[in-house]
Amino acid sequence: MSVVAATRRRVATLDRRTVAGAFFAALGALDILGFGLGAHAGDAVFRFSVGGESAHVPDLSLPAGTTAIVLGSLSVALGALYAGWQLGRTARRVVIAAVMALFILALLCWVDAGNSPLNIVGLLQSSLTRSIPLVLGAMSGLLGERAAVINIAIEGQLLIGAFAAAVAASAAGMLWLGLISGSLAGGLIGVLLAVFAIRYLVDQIVLGVVLNVFVLGLTGYLYDRALVPYQTTLNSPGVYGTIRVPGLADIPIIGPIFFDSNVFLYITYAVLLLVQVGVFHTRWGLRVRAVGEHPVAAETVGIRVIYTRYRQLVLGGLIAGIGGAYLTIGSVGAFGKGMSSGQGYIALAAMIFGRWTPFGAVGAALLFGFASALQNILSILGAPIPSDILLMTPYLVVILVVAGLVGRVRMPAADGKPYIKS
Amino acid sequence: MTLLAGEPSGGQAPTGPEQPLREEGPGFRQVFVEGIVYGNSVTVTALAIVTGIVLGGLLIAFSDPHVLHRWAHLFSAPGAAFSSAWDSASSAYSAMFQGAVVNIHSVGKAFHGGSISSVFSPISETLVQATPLILASLAVMLPFRAGLFNIGATGQFIGGAFLAGWVGFGVSLPPVIHVVVAVLAGFAGGAIVGGLVGALRARTGANEVIVTIMLNYVMEYLLLYLLGTAYFRRPGRIDPISPLVQGTARLPHLFGHGLRVNAGIVVALAGAAGVAWLLKRSTFGFEFRAIGFNPRAARTAGIDIGRGYTQVFLIAGGLAGLAGACVVLGTDFTLTPQVYGTYGIDGITVALLGRGAPLGVVLAALLYAGLHAGGVQMQASTQTPVDIVTVIQAVIVLFVAAPPLIRGLYRLRARPVTSETRATPTITYVGDP
Amino acid sequence: MKLELRGITKRFGPLVANDHIDLTVEASQVHALLGENGAGKTTLMNQLYGLQHPDEGQILLDGRPVSFSRPADAIAAGIGMVHQHFMLVPVFTVAENVTLGVEPVHRFAGLLDRRRARREVHRLSQEYHLDVDPDAIVETLPVGLQQRVEIIKVLLRRANLLILDEPTAVLTPGETEELFAIMRSLKASGHSIVFITHKLKEVQAIADTVTVLRAGRVVGSLPPTAKDEELASMMVGHSVELTVSKQPATPGEVVLAVDDLVIEGKEGTRAVDGVSFELRAGEILGVAGVQGNGQTELCEALMGLRHVGAGSVRVSGRDLTNARTREVLHAGVGYIPEDRQGDGLVGDFTVAENLVLDTYDRPPYSRAFSLALGTVERSARKFVAEFDVRAQSADELVRTLSGGNQQKVILARELSRPLALLIASQPTRGLDIGSVEYMHRRIVEERDKGTAVLIVSSELDEIYALADRIVVMFEGRIVGVRTPAVSRAELGLLMAGADTGTAAGAAAP
Repeated sequence: MSVVAATRRRVATLDRRTVAGAFFAALGALDILGFGLGAHAGDAVFRFSVGGESAHVPDLSLPAGTTAIVLGSLSVALGALYAGWQLGRTARRVVIAAVMALFILALLCWVDAGNSPLNIVGLLQSSLTRSIPLVLGAMSGLLGERAAVINIAIEGQLLIGAFAAAVAASAAGMLWLGLISGSLAGGLIGVLLAVFAIRYLVDQIVLGVVLNVFVLGLTGYLYDRALVPYQTTLNSPGVYGTIRVPGLADIPIIGPIFFDSNVFLYITYAVLLLVQVGVFHTRWGLRVRAVGEHPVAAETVGIRVIYTRYRQLVLGGLIAGIGGAYLTIGSVGAFGKGMSSGQGYIALAAMIFGRWTPFGAVGAALLFGFASALQNILSILGAPIPSDILLMTPYLVVILVVAGLVGRVRMPAADGKPYIKS
Repeated sequence: MTLLAGEPSGGQAPTGPEQPLREEGPGFRQVFVEGIVYGNSVTVTALAIVTGIVLGGLLIAFSDPHVLHRWAHLFSAPGAAFSSAWDSASSAYSAMFQGAVVNIHSVGKAFHGGSISSVFSPISETLVQATPLILASLAVMLPFRAGLFNIGATGQFIGGAFLAGWVGFGVSLPPVIHVVVAVLAGFAGGAIVGGLVGALRARTGANEVIVTIMLNYVMEYLLLYLLGTAYFRRPGRIDPISPLVQGTARLPHLFGHGLRVNAGIVVALAGAAGVAWLLKRSTFGFEFRAIGFNPRAARTAGIDIGRGYTQVFLIAGGLAGLAGACVVLGTDFTLTPQVYGTYGIDGITVALLGRGAPLGVVLAALLYAGLHAGGVQMQASTQTPVDIVTVIQAVIVLFVAAPPLIRGLYRLRARPVTSETRATPTITYVGDP
Repeated sequence: MKLELRGITKRFGPLVANDHIDLTVEASQVHALLGENGAGKTTLMNQLYGLQHPDEGQILLDGRPVSFSRPADAIAAGIGMVHQHFMLVPVFTVAENVTLGVEPVHRFAGLLDRRRARREVHRLSQEYHLDVDPDAIVETLPVGLQQRVEIIKVLLRRANLLILDEPTAVLTPGETEELFAIMRSLKASGHSIVFITHKLKEVQAIADTVTVLRAGRVVGSLPPTAKDEELASMMVGHSVELTVSKQPATPGEVVLAVDDLVIEGKEGTRAVDGVSFELRAGEILGVAGVQGNGQTELCEALMGLRHVGAGSVRVSGRDLTNARTREVLHAGVGYIPEDRQGDGLVGDFTVAENLVLDTYDRPPYSRAFSLALGTVERSARKFVAEFDVRAQSADELVRTLSGGNQQKVILARELSRPLALLIASQPTRGLDIGSVEYMHRRIVEERDKGTAVLIVSSELDEIYALADRIVVMFEGRIVGVRTPAVSRAELGLLMAGADTGTAAGAAAP
């Protein structure tokens, strides 16, 4: 590498590092000035149990203002570190995660100062369950896009999954039938997406939006026509109960968050693990990625590109359908018009945010889940921060990310391009 | 000395024999006949609409408990089964027609001293519905021509509605000037939101699909937040709703107070005409289209792609903002958290149905608006939920987007080289055929 | 393995790409398939590889008729193809690319057995002296190595018959020699090779038999000892006389002055590394070199399409270093880019629109943001006639035109405004002979009008035909400046990066 080029590159990256470092320091300053000095008198009390655990974790009581100032100072220091030193990739990510965590902690201190105890375990538990449909939706998008078909129809897959699960479970009186029906309904949208995108070469983004509209209309129509008049027989499916994982659920803090939930959370773990290992460590995944990166090359070594794409989309639909089923038979217990309320689009964003990797997508989905859970708790606490602004932040964060704050993302090379055999 | 050139790069146009020169342009008759035989875009669109309506009718009939009951006895009374299905669908559709175009009974009454405005009120409603649809759809279609997706008409709509509404209720100006300023504020509000997307795309390469989706949510929450603040909330109300737009800032009714149709439709049609001029006859349009078809070639020809992206999103955002202004200043006269409705998403499907041309967009928006206005009437008189309209619209667009499907369904022959096949990007095996 | 093709015919609509082709490839032979672009070589091989299907005719392997509906069938039958454009996934490792489709897996749950894949690649790499690292990411490898990855891929599938489609197009003369050595060792181990090319010298160097294709037909089979002229005239169908008649140049003032230009490439390398030269009015400067040695970057930087790291560019005395492309165009620089469909034309625009692609914003084609459609139309008709563009009308979409006519549209557009400098990169790549002659004639005419002309070409014949002076680029530097009197051998050595003194020995076989 030549010296001139090396210097130039350093100059270029220095700029971005300085900007990011300054941003982190500014967040720290906000912690200090806003949350620290502006805090109500009194302590912030954090609770770490939801009751029922064998080992009790005592509450943590912190002087709100002082804590926020300490956290803010740490944040400023990390900002300086980020700007001043050339950190490795992992170190950079750790710093970014740490700054975000510090900011959230300071925010919680401020919010809870002099207020009733804030249940941290409950907050995290709720974040996790709220991210279930997002994670499953993101997996649906990921499976498609790894084979180069863009799936905007996640929203529709979630919604129809929710509808089918509610109706099937109510009519049959069996929840597992609802789960299967929800999954199949999602798969059906996957089939439609595949046929129109692959066979008829319809633009994939437009197609996804249209399918979402279609599902919204169809479920809305059937809801008014059938579910409202026959509420008890068609829209009272009930909800899956929680399953405590023996042993694990008793671990303080960790147990109630990760191992004391209903079947959907465990399905999500399994799907996540299968997709992560499948995509990166199996023959199946290697071939799928080849189809997404260079379909012609894949075809020349005997991989069936068209078939692979069909399969991926249907598989994704089946998974997103489970995420939809969660909305009714895993959570609310009844179908409501348009109840997916944009979560499919969020799942799509989470997938991109996670750079087309399952674990990355989960990180992003948790961010959204956390924001939503936090907003819920804050409105209960009557926090001095407008919940609308708080709800807005994850979306702003995604914009910042795609605008290159944390580096460019690289999508599958053939993503969105139809494949035509000669 | 031989001279042999290097191999071509991929995607070489076939160097087949020259096509025979056509003597003269095809006559009307030929176009008409070919349209039917080969299924040109007009025929395909028409058949898609028919298909959508038929499928919608089946859905209406077979979700009607009355009809289902009759069909349970299909074999004992087949006639009753079919006629009940027909009755269910046809009564729904006739109610829809009366709500969208004209109500026969009111025509009859008008001749016997009834009100004239009730004859035209369905048409008026259709035009009112069409106004924001046309503008929102133009906001989707224009970036599309530059190769960009605008899923963010909703956010831009909110930006426009908000600024227009604010000028409408928060500022006092002389009559005509007030409404003009309010409409322009609507354009500006949308343009700010849209321009942000374009600038981000131009400067950082941020994918505009993601940015627009995210901005929609940001704008929805921002609107909710602002309407919750004391400054923007209507005095005496605790729910988030703004004060009423002053009379001076309201778009004037075109045909008297009996009909809701207002100057907004003029704004929308002017917008369509403006976009048509922009695309066809202006240097901006030339740049946008060049960028849309082949950004690399555009850049090589000295066109600033980043600036083009920003410009196109500024204008598109402004158009969506105008849609917001027309709703707030023309029919709603206030801001609510749901003011944006489904115009943003409908704009995408209308743009597709309109095949990316301004005139097509206007016609498609009229169809959509008619279906919607009629759907409301249908729900009122036959208890068929209005959501069926959304289903019909989606089905129509799906079929329009897949001409081979319609051709297959109706046994039309594909023209040897159709515009669709030419417009499709292809990955082909490299080689010299 | 012995391959016979009998009466293979393939049609694309009215076009007959292969017309009753008969061909026999004996075992352990290198069989060259020689022909111009569009002669039907690749179509023929695509059918042999199962990518396309013959309309008529028969394929026999060792005397048995076979039929392939998919590449997998051809692979199973022992046929391997190295495509001209590599079929490699850029983000995968060498081992992943090589084993794709035949991945070794653990017995448990289909997990990839990366160790075995690595070992296999290593073994083949050793056996045929290919020297490829199994763990390297393919996109970071130079093209010469990527080609070897393709060869390993084919060998791993136990191919007995290898099809090499224009394998030398992207190689330096040195890399070509190495490829020939690999081909010889493959032949020695019993493989048959079909070697597709249009370069006579290579045929003579490596082939055992030559079959010449022209316009979809076999026009003859010859031993490789046949004379240049004989092969060439067979290939193009008439005796070829392609030296453009031109007067000696009368260079005027300096138009283009490039001083110590540095352009960054991938991963901190320098695509162009301290290039300086001058170009005078009324002179054609030919930039020779194997593709990928900085020529593309140089042209793009001159046009303001690529950032210049250091150094300067002056046109007619004006500093245009890192100027915007539009400024460069307005300064009287014309540009014929090497990828005409990617960079030169908007395929979905009409001929008329493409003819004003870089002048639409100026009078007489526009006034105050409004296009003068009538003027655009009229001048388009004029140019179509003047440059003999074969189109139904000026409203026809450019993408429907043939390559030669597309290039004429670009030429017409660039010559339609007064030029001080014309930059033409690979101006005749992929064109038929007639179009090549036409392009060359117009370029020389432009020179005679006093325009400075910069020609970038990787075809030595084109350099000899046009250039008044020749510079050779290698790895981003100018490694030699010569007159057209220079020998081919010397240019070849320069293009391989050797000093003419030291490299003479190295290039000997």
